[in-house]
Amino acid sequence: MNLWQEYKRPTSVMEAVQSLVSASGPALPIAGGTDLLLDLKQGHHSPIHTLIDLTFIPEMSSLELRGDELFIGAAVPVNRVALDPLTGMHAQALVEACNLIAGPQVRNTATLGGNVAHALPAADGTIALTALEAQAEVAGISGTRRMPFTSLFLGPGKSAIDKSREIIVGFYLSKIKKGGASCFKRIMRPQGVALPILNCAVWLERAGDVVNDIHIAVGPGGAIPFRATDAEAALRRQTLNEETFPRTLEVLLGQAKFRSSARRAGADYRKHIVGGLFKDVLDTAWKRAE
Amino acid sequence: MSKINLLVNGKQYSVDSVAGETLSTLLRERLRLTGTKIGCEEAECGACTVLVDGEPMMSCVYPAERADGKTIVTIEGLAERVHDEMKLHPLQEAFVEHGAVQCGFCIPGQILTAYALLKRNPNPDSADIRFALKDTLCRCAGYPSIENAIIAAAQALRTGEPVQKPNHIPDSIHDHKTVGRSHLRPEAVEKVTGEAIFTDDLKFDGMLYARARRAMIPHGFLKRLDISKAKALPGVVSVLTAADIPGEKTHGLVIYDWPVMVGVGERVRYVGDAIAIVAAETQEIAEQASALIEAEFDLQPVITNPVQARQEDVPQIHENGNLLKHIKVRKGDMDKGFAESDVILEHTFHTPTTDHAFIEPECSIGVPLPDGRMEIYVGSQIPYQDKTQVARALGWDESRVRVVGQLMGGGFGGKEDIMGQIHVALLANVTQRPVKLLFDRHESLLVHPKRHATQIRVKIGAKKDGRLVAAETELYGDTGAYASLGEKVMTRATTHSAGPYDIPNVRADCYAMYTNNPPAGAFRGFGVTQSAFAVESMMDMLAETLNIEPVELRRMNSLHVGSITNTGQELKESVGLVECINRVDAEMRKTNPHPFKPITDPAQPNLVRAWGFAAAYKNTGLGGGAPDISGADVELYEDGTFQVRSSAAELGQGLVTVMRLVVSEEMSVAPEQVRVLVMDTDLTPNGGPTTASRQTFVTGNASRYAAKTLREEITATMAEKHDVRPEQIRFENGIVHVNGHSMTYAEIYKEMTALGKQPVVRYMYEAPKTQPLGTGGDMHFAFSFGVQAAEVEVNKLTGEVRVLKVISANDVGMAVNPLGLQGQIEGGVMMGLGNCLTEEFIVENGNVVTDQLARYRVPGIMLTPEITSIIVEHPVSTGPYGAKGVGEICSIPTTPAITNAIYNAVGVRIDKTPVDQEMIARELWERNSQ
Repeated sequence: MNLWQEYKRPTSVMEAVQSLVSASGPALPIAGGTDLLLDLKQGHHSPIHTLIDLTFIPEMSSLELRGDELFIGAAVPVNRVALDPLTGMHAQALVEACNLIAGPQVRNTATLGGNVAHALPAADGTIALTALEAQAEVAGISGTRRMPFTSLFLGPGKSAIDKSREIIVGFYLSKIKKGGASCFKRIMRPQGVALPILNCAVWLERAGDVVNDIHIAVGPGGAIPFRATDAEAALRRQTLNEETFPRTLEVLLGQAKFRSSARRAGADYRKHIVGGLFKDVLDTAWKRAE
Repeated sequence: MSKINLLVNGKQYSVDSVAGETLSTLLRERLRLTGTKIGCEEAECGACTVLVDGEPMMSCVYPAERADGKTIVTIEGLAERVHDEMKLHPLQEAFVEHGAVQCGFCIPGQILTAYALLKRNPNPDSADIRFALKDTLCRCAGYPSIENAIIAAAQALRTGEPVQKPNHIPDSIHDHKTVGRSHLRPEAVEKVTGEAIFTDDLKFDGMLYARARRAMIPHGFLKRLDISKAKALPGVVSVLTAADIPGEKTHGLVIYDWPVMVGVGERVRYVGDAIAIVAAETQEIAEQASALIEAEFDLQPVITNPVQARQEDVPQIHENGNLLKHIKVRKGDMDKGFAESDVILEHTFHTPTTDHAFIEPECSIGVPLPDGRMEIYVGSQIPYQDKTQVARALGWDESRVRVVGQLMGGGFGGKEDIMGQIHVALLANVTQRPVKLLFDRHESLLVHPKRHATQIRVKIGAKKDGRLVAAETELYGDTGAYASLGEKVMTRATTHSAGPYDIPNVRADCYAMYTNNPPAGAFRGFGVTQSAFAVESMMDMLAETLNIEPVELRRMNSLHVGSITNTGQELKESVGLVECINRVDAEMRKTNPHPFKPITDPAQPNLVRAWGFAAAYKNTGLGGGAPDISGADVELYEDGTFQVRSSAAELGQGLVTVMRLVVSEEMSVAPEQVRVLVMDTDLTPNGGPTTASRQTFVTGNASRYAAKTLREEITATMAEKHDVRPEQIRFENGIVHVNGHSMTYAEIYKEMTALGKQPVVRYMYEAPKTQPLGTGGDMHFAFSFGVQAAEVEVNKLTGEVRVLKVISANDVGMAVNPLGLQGQIEGGVMMGLGNCLTEEFIVENGNVVTDQLARYRVPGIMLTPEITSIIVEHPVSTGPYGAKGVGEICSIPTTPAITNAIYNAVGVRIDKTPVDQEMIARELWERNSQ
């Protein structure tokens, strides 16, 4: 049973969108394809007719500074994201996340676009982009628009993007400022599927001992990639010390909705270990921002 | 139709695009570059790695059309052919020299991934290598050798100097000319160039592709089966059901209880039961046809575990009930033993089903011959049994079947049973065309026999001073739907269940039970892996109760020469257990005089380290009264070279090298002068099953005695011809000295044949007789002993466990090839580590949850600890040069060594594997909150 009948290799975003909407059967964009092809093969995805390969589109494979922002094309392999000096400078959390996605061979094809399109609440790249407060550029037949990152998700595995009509072109991140830093870490278990039990990313701006601004993302802390906005508010413009941390953690635990997932982790286990992970990530980002 | 233009290994290709084709299929099937291997088609194992524009990619999930305009390098593109010689790339050379090549199936992926790393980073350290090879799995798991090879290759590439050979592997303490020194595998070079052919690499003219339709229900009766739609599909050549089997309807290794196909009205016993088989012009059509087969079942209640299976009033899966075998060990007087004990401890342990996860999935090809015979091409651990079983199903005389064994991408016990052999024979017979049946990873995981899940209760009694006086064990083994080798495996689990100790009073009862889970059979360790975990955990619990050092407790109770085993066998020689204990103990204490005390990392107070210790023993050979026979031919050829032949299996473990070295030793020729042929039932005598760590012993001996007999025949012939006494004839460095006159083997051949004597000898070696369990005699002709210590680091907050170091001492009698032995020991530790930490084959109500490699984790290079190997050599007089088995013993103590270390670090006793970090964390936080 062939996984696809037709394979298109457009060279521009608009051509890709056109191919998508005008395909003679069910069509999907494919970037890395490391998840999509397996989903098709294992019957986790309804059969499709046409695949639209996005990797031949220069725009979607570019990684560059655009004004005050860093642009990362949705078809850039995560390994390139991890190795590029620009991401190393402006998005260290993303580099750390990308270095942990799957293995090196998969990272050479897998993309951030795919990572985000799968809409998993604890995908490493997604959690890093959540903390970095990325914006997504989405192309449809009527043109392109920008979407705040968390608005891309509707629920576990449910993307707000209509993959049969729209394409994520890339992500915009703010350049790092003085006193800014980020960090990503995760906790795994050695059995079963290679999804983290828990991951966490922090982006912050520091002025001396004071947290000027902070974004905290924890996966899986809810049905969609979770921003710990209450904890952020509790820390913003506060001095970070041994008293503020436990208070912040309490606020985070109050907002996050940890659940039990079969064969990966119980909710209470996640609650038990999130403090250590969060502290580790926060401390590392804090030191980096010095 | 669009074209794909791509440059592969420097050659430009322009091919039509094919719907749904991946790069791996394009390379393998259309360009016939079969060095690129398919292990999982899930982007999990890395075997299919090729370089695309210089970067390593998994070609199994890479659409071929994306390769348009790209430059591809496969394993075939690395070596250069200079005239007739292959000039290996330094990486290839280093992999060969460092013994990093075992079964060879993962090697193309390993080398290409390493190649890309060295392009980017010419001087990588261990962390760089591990990062790069993270997801390139090697199930033989010679990760340390792979790492050493890459470091050596990098150095050679930087300096232009030749590749450094390994210098850390000592020779055997037993001095011989050839054996006992490190030698390279004869097939290593073809395995690093991609020229090595595995079954799926073969293509025959007119070959059809087969697919078995599996029941996919765990228990029920097949009510209705309709194959008409499948038959009507264009491209389908044959669809067969149980009604079409001309001969016997069942197969099996000991008991013929496994239906070739389940027929209408018959019982389905597990999800993997076949109900129909299809042969079609293409793989895709075969799959489509299989999906078109309609089946209805009368579902029955599912027996999910062996304890339930033994309860009254549960459905009986087989005619003789759910009990495959009640196995008993009796020694001494239990009442007296426990009455004499100062301390009695009792605990129950659980181990899960695990899968061999050899990287090469099962593949069989049946080829009908014009003369009415049938050839079966297959990577099998027991070629002669395949022959018997195929012939039975066809209703033929065995002489009409030839099994042509192929290189195997790992076996580990998982390629002993019939998988596709009979199905392809049936289809090839009906269609009179060659038929290939390749399992995908999903089917492999569903169908082949696994390691038995067990429940093991251990009750142990000891004196205050530590002397063990009584051990009582009760085991339940889940043998799944069919017997396979279940009775044998669980017998070994039972006889070894009180550990390698001298205990006067022992009682063991095991219930090997049928269930509706996938069958369980042989898997490296053969039941002892499970019982060693239980009893060695118990030994540490006892040591703590008695306040005796764990090492001392084991030492004082160790089996030694003169001990009587639990089955009543007196050990007369070759018991190196105490030396193993002492040497591991000394090595462990070199850096830490108090290895079992927890040490907290001052910088990260959540991290605690400690060592753990465990000992084990494992029989070599079949034992229990089974005749243990292997045959070997040794032949001298016209050009003065030799060939040694036996139908024993090479599955990566290194038997072919052992056979070559033995003949080289006996004939006093260079190893390169000896060729080896194995696994062909027409051309090689029966070497018996490759199981029970027996082949170095039995086929090693058969090869040795065949060579020795040939040497004696040459001596006798030359003595007579040249009129000298036999003592005046010497064999040295490839030359035969006949009373001052030197002859090459080519000249010997000429003289022998001129006298009408064919210089070929067949020797059928029979190992020393053994006695059945319960008769009190020698149940086995040799035992290997192993001791391991593991240092772990446990995170007290998260429960995460990391194994930092493992020290492994193994009494192997004699190290025939120290380089090959190194690979076995590294791989044994890693397989043990996987068994302990990562692997769990999950079946829920008879349905397989871990039906993809992505859900069944085998350890990769990132989890590899520092492994220190210590070879102990207490020779066994009947073994070849004193050698006994090693394949299993090196894997058995790893699990309890790690779990004992976890207890020593954080005080949490693991009584169920794999280790669950969440359970460790939970126990610690609950303890703290009390």
